[in-house]
Amino acid sequence: MGLLSNKNKEVLVSPLSKNNPIIIQMLGICSALAVTSKLEPSIVMGISVTAVVAFANVIISLLRNTIPNRIRIIVQLVVVAALVTIVSEVLKAFAYDVNKQLSVFVGLIITNCILMGRLEAFALGNGPWESFLDGIGNGAGYAVILIIVGFFRELFGSGTLLGIQVIPEALYNIGYVNNGLMILPPMALIVVAVIIWVHRARNKELQEN
Amino acid sequence: MEELLSTFVRSIFVENMVFAYYLGMCSYLAVSKNVKTALGLGLAVTFVLFCTLPINYMLENYVLKEGALAWMGEQYQSVDLSFLSLIIFVAVIASFVQLVEMVVEKFAPALYSSLGIFLPLIAVNCAILGGSLFMQQKEFANVGVATVYGLGSGIGWLLAIVGIAAIREKLAYSDVPKPLKGLGITFIITGLMGIGFMCFSGLNI
Repeated sequence: MGLLSNKNKEVLVSPLSKNNPIIIQMLGICSALAVTSKLEPSIVMGISVTAVVAFANVIISLLRNTIPNRIRIIVQLVVVAALVTIVSEVLKAFAYDVNKQLSVFVGLIITNCILMGRLEAFALGNGPWESFLDGIGNGAGYAVILIIVGFFRELFGSGTLLGIQVIPEALYNIGYVNNGLMILPPMALIVVAVIIWVHRARNKELQEN
Repeated sequence: MEELLSTFVRSIFVENMVFAYYLGMCSYLAVSKNVKTALGLGLAVTFVLFCTLPINYMLENYVLKEGALAWMGEQYQSVDLSFLSLIIFVAVIASFVQLVEMVVEKFAPALYSSLGIFLPLIAVNCAILGGSLFMQQKEFANVGVATVYGLGSGIGWLLAIVGIAAIREKLAYSDVPKPLKGLGITFIITGLMGIGFMCFSGLNI
């Protein structure tokens, strides 16, 4: 078995679309919505979650045969909490502004359902390398949705991307106005709903009855 | 008294856990198929928030914060344990959830089986850890305010989940475009409810 056999590739790629953590598995929605009013925090959040999921998956997968079944949730929480503490200290040191914008949501990565979901569903039953790929795949699937939502909300809400003005001044002069509603919390839900709509319209087998 | 009342009202309506911060969305989406279960879960979450916030407030102010250990003597004046706060909060919450789980299993077995996996998962319900983290960020004046904040956030969450459950029960009879069925339409309705709740944002007591 090579490092990237077909099965492993499937593990890595399927969370990007067919088995996306946010729009299919319904995991990790809380933070996905709250941090996406701008593109930059969305990207940082995506990267942080990917790192935590990947490493937590590896650690739990290495420990999976030694953890007693009854206390596994506490063990998982402690491993995740330790990793999140590291991420939050790193962000404080190197990206202080973004850390301020993310506020409590860095800490809330601990309770991000993607983590518990993947640890329970995958890492407890698979080897460290597959678990690592699964973590990267799911983290990336999460990041993709965050970035799409962040992109549209920042573009239409403030006319900028990563803080740089994209919508030309001329357009404002002829009467274009930023849609202030896009920055407000409820629009995140509606943008995600539209993503789900498009995704399910294209993948008919995912539709619910 | 005034501060208590205003914290209470603000935490229910203005800073509603679901509509303003999207906390606890996972169980909110998964357990909101009928009103009865939603009510049970809402009450459990409210109870856990109500109990864990004062405990975490005490821990934060007498153990974890920089200089919080001063009551133990001079030499502890400069100890700063705040990097431990995440782990400690989670531990307190997890043990409380364990307690609630045992109580529900004993006294309401029907509710216990209908909540299934989501009861132990209250431990990782973001609304609850979020409550503690917001408490840390807002630096409440005393433990009373923190408790009221916990109770209010819980009731706000309860309102939200019962509301969406009631709407989803009726939704079964409506003709939704196929790709939007289920998850999609629930998102849109939550968004609309959020816009509704925004009219409270000017509320001042």
